[in-house]
Amino acid sequence: MSQLFSSKNVKLLTNPLNENNPITVQVLGICSALAVTVKLKPAFVMSLSVIVVLTFSNLIISLIRKGIPNRIRIIVQLVIIASLVILVDQVLKAFVYDVSKQLSVYVGLIITNCIIMGRLEAFAMTNKPWDSFLDGIGKGLGYARISIVVAFFREFLGSGTIWGYPVLEKLGAYQIGYVNNGLMILPPMALILLGTIIWIQRSRTRSLIEKK
Amino acid sequence: MNKNNLYIFIYASVLVILVAAILSVTATVLKPYQDKNKEIARKLNILHSVDKGWDSNQATSKNDYVEQQYEKYITGSLVVNSKGDSVKGMDAFAIDLEKEYAKPPEERALPVFFCAQNDGSKNIILPLRGKGLWGPIWGYISLQDDFNTIAGAVFDHSDETPGLGAEISTRPFQLQFIGKKLFDDEGHFVSVSVNKSNEPKTEFHSVDAISGGTITSKGLQKMIADCMTLYLPYIESNKNR
Repeated sequence: MSQLFSSKNVKLLTNPLNENNPITVQVLGICSALAVTVKLKPAFVMSLSVIVVLTFSNLIISLIRKGIPNRIRIIVQLVIIASLVILVDQVLKAFVYDVSKQLSVYVGLIITNCIIMGRLEAFAMTNKPWDSFLDGIGKGLGYARISIVVAFFREFLGSGTIWGYPVLEKLGAYQIGYVNNGLMILPPMALILLGTIIWIQRSRTRSLIEKK
Repeated sequence: MNKNNLYIFIYASVLVILVAAILSVTATVLKPYQDKNKEIARKLNILHSVDKGWDSNQATSKNDYVEQQYEKYITGSLVVNSKGDSVKGMDAFAIDLEKEYAKPPEERALPVFFCAQNDGSKNIILPLRGKGLWGPIWGYISLQDDFNTIAGAVFDHSDETPGLGAEISTRPFQLQFIGKKLFDDEGHFVSVSVNKSNEPKTEFHSVDAISGGTITSKGLQKMIADCMTLYLPYIESNKNR
């Protein structure tokens, strides 16, 4: 057990949350982070699906990594990701229809999420299954963390709600003249917020700043 | 690792066949469950359009609850043609609107459902189908028995943008339609328009559009106008009674 959670392995889980975050440091997967962060709920559902797919595709690729012919490895990775996503979608449609309806468009987005291909290529192809499994969870959580922070600000400032609950309306903010910022709902604001987060992170963690 | 070409061919073939087999077996095994879910979702949409069935998530068996509520409130159905005459021998619930809307207007079979409310009043439920930004949108609109005032509306979609166009399937957006009217005081058909904040509004014929979801909003407006136009002969012949 101590072997399974050695300090190196714990780092695989915690590093992506900060110094090695897939979105803010590696700047991967920002297209979907931009598309699903208008409201908190879709951001949460998307994050959860990315964690599941990333973890299991990492695990599967790592298990078969020694047999994959080098020249077609990208295709093999893609086949695994795509089948996993379809499989998950089919099961959701049969047993938890409501969840699958919320997922609707994200299914396609998960397949194209560059974090997943990136991790398969950079990590799972050369590491043991258990390490890859942890790396999948860690990177997925790193993605989730940023998406949810961005979604919180976009939903709160853009629609005046949190998780669909009309907070500002209940507080009476509209009666004293507050107006929702419609710009927050539009895609560019996701990038500006993301930029702000990267800025804050770099000013706090100096080691991330590139040397001239 | 570098392997020879034969290995690559065999590897690729085995992988593809294996994956295809897994996926098709899964799809076949799960199909009955998925179809049942779709049927329940349609029944629930019909119930929601007459403000029923909101407790479905609290029920121990959602499917049983929806079936039972559907039996209780949806008391009848009818299929009409483009002239407003009823067509015998067709099951309204079994009609696939996607297929009907692919036909020329005069050949379409149009389903109508009836709901009996607890207070004895009657609602007429008409299905809708149209285009959003990325794919089809659909829904049900229920009318009071004057065949003019909207009693409720439900909209759904397959691929609209979450948080933007997809908001048409939320309750606050749909609640706006209650009390709106299809016809003006002189009895002319004007439908309901979905307006942005800078467009002029009228009390009985406009609702607010979704910010950031203009194309879906306009698609929805067109869907209501187009579908109601198809039902006009049927509505007119009952309205004047």
